[in-house]
Amino acid sequence: MSDHELRVSKIRNGTVIDHIAGGQALNVLAIVGIDGSGGDAVSVGMNVPSDRLGQKDIVKVEGRELSQDEVDVLSLIAPAATINIVRDFDVVEKHRVERPDQVVGVLECPNRHCITTEDEPVQSRFEVLEDGVRCEFCDTIVREDLAELIVD
Amino acid sequence: MRQDHIISAKQLSRADIEEVLDRAADIAEDPGAYADRYEGTLLGLLFFEPSTRTKMSFSAAMKRLGGDIVDMGTVESSSVKKGESLADTVRVVEGYADALVLRHPSEGSAKMAGEFVDVPLINAGDGAGQHPTQTLLDLYTIRENAGFDDLSIGIMGDLKYGRTVHSLAHALTNFDARQHFVSPESLRLPRSVRYDLHEAGAEVREHTDLDEVLSELDVLYVTRIQQERFPDEDEYREVAGEYQIDESTLAAARDDLTIMHPLPRVDEIAHGVDETEQATYFQQAHNGVPVRMAILDLLLGGDR
Ligand SMILES: [Zn+2]
Repeated sequence: MSDHELRVSKIRNGTVIDHIAGGQALNVLAIVGIDGSGGDAVSVGMNVPSDRLGQKDIVKVEGRELSQDEVDVLSLIAPAATINIVRDFDVVEKHRVERPDQVVGVLECPNRHCITTEDEPVQSRFEVLEDGVRCEFCDTIVREDLAELIVD
Repeated sequence: MRQDHIISAKQLSRADIEEVLDRAADIAEDPGAYADRYEGTLLGLLFFEPSTRTKMSFSAAMKRLGGDIVDMGTVESSSVKKGESLADTVRVVEGYADALVLRHPSEGSAKMAGEFVDVPLINAGDGAGQHPTQTLLDLYTIRENAGFDDLSIGIMGDLKYGRTVHSLAHALTNFDARQHFVSPESLRLPRSVRYDLHEAGAEVREHTDLDEVLSELDVLYVTRIQQERFPDEDEYREVAGEYQIDESTLAAARDDLTIMHPLPRVDEIAHGVDETEQATYFQQAHNGVPVRMAILDLLLGGDR
């Protein structure tokens, strides 16, 4: 199979996440919780030429539609991404990600003294800033390596 | 004051702050008028780390309002030691008391606890986070001594972990204040506080050397640099020595400088300074009672 065929190969049912900034595809997979062990067919194109981004990554996941929560977090590291939901080879929904005001229960606070990292009945909650996120409990601001904070 | 809980200085507007300070001034003027106001009312003290002074000052405040306290006791002897969550503890104790005061080592603990209870909850220090009632008594002291107009304040010491500093810095954005932060590079203000000050449009400068700014200050707020923040003792000694105040330091200061410190101190301020007109830290500590009485009064019912 040529490289070109791999990039454009169609999926029957699932999600195509396009216009990911170059190099971020593996982080996107981490967000979506895909590490290859679940048996989903996944294709990843990295550093593909793009008019909009110069270079972009693209991820195709067979048999899986993203939840709004997943899309919300995706927006934090891939703000220009487009989500295409595919059913029976047709794109039935196509939308850009939108940055939410808040993400709940998705990221773990990196402050090890934060109450949300302890055994308490509370979900983590982050306010989304223009360039990062901020824990609503301890106020810690995170701008780099958000993908590493994603809750398993 | 339209607040259910007192969690962070960030939630306090200038009007909220002035309402507390005015009420505190009123109480200080005529404490007898408030003596029976909260008879039969119980304040629950939940101190998950030791703080004798803050705890005593809340107890004194509640008792001077005619109420009483119920105290969880030390952490070592309580169910907390057995692994009970904070969320469970506050939900249980809410049934025993009309308001709660929480001191806890984790940042964000008061915010979380407040989401589990309906009675007023007061944050008396959450890790390196916030200590808003200390800030209110600090502001009361600043207003008494220097006023809030065209204020130039130096805040010195451990700015990174100092919760009293974080609360005070937030609260001062409500006023016409220039804030000068003086600290070793390794203990400068955390990113989140600098972010808020910037968002609030506050006039802020950072310094490593007090001499750069001392002569123009109305208020110098000194905090303790804790040895446990440093990997080795030599490094600590080198840094801490540079941020100590004694009478010779003050030669460059204005005569009407107000020196403050959220006690207890170790050796940040030499005892010789205590006798100067500028020393205000004991007055500041005493202000804790009327200010906490005012806070309780406003949270528990105001003008009932
Ligand atoms: Zn946090």
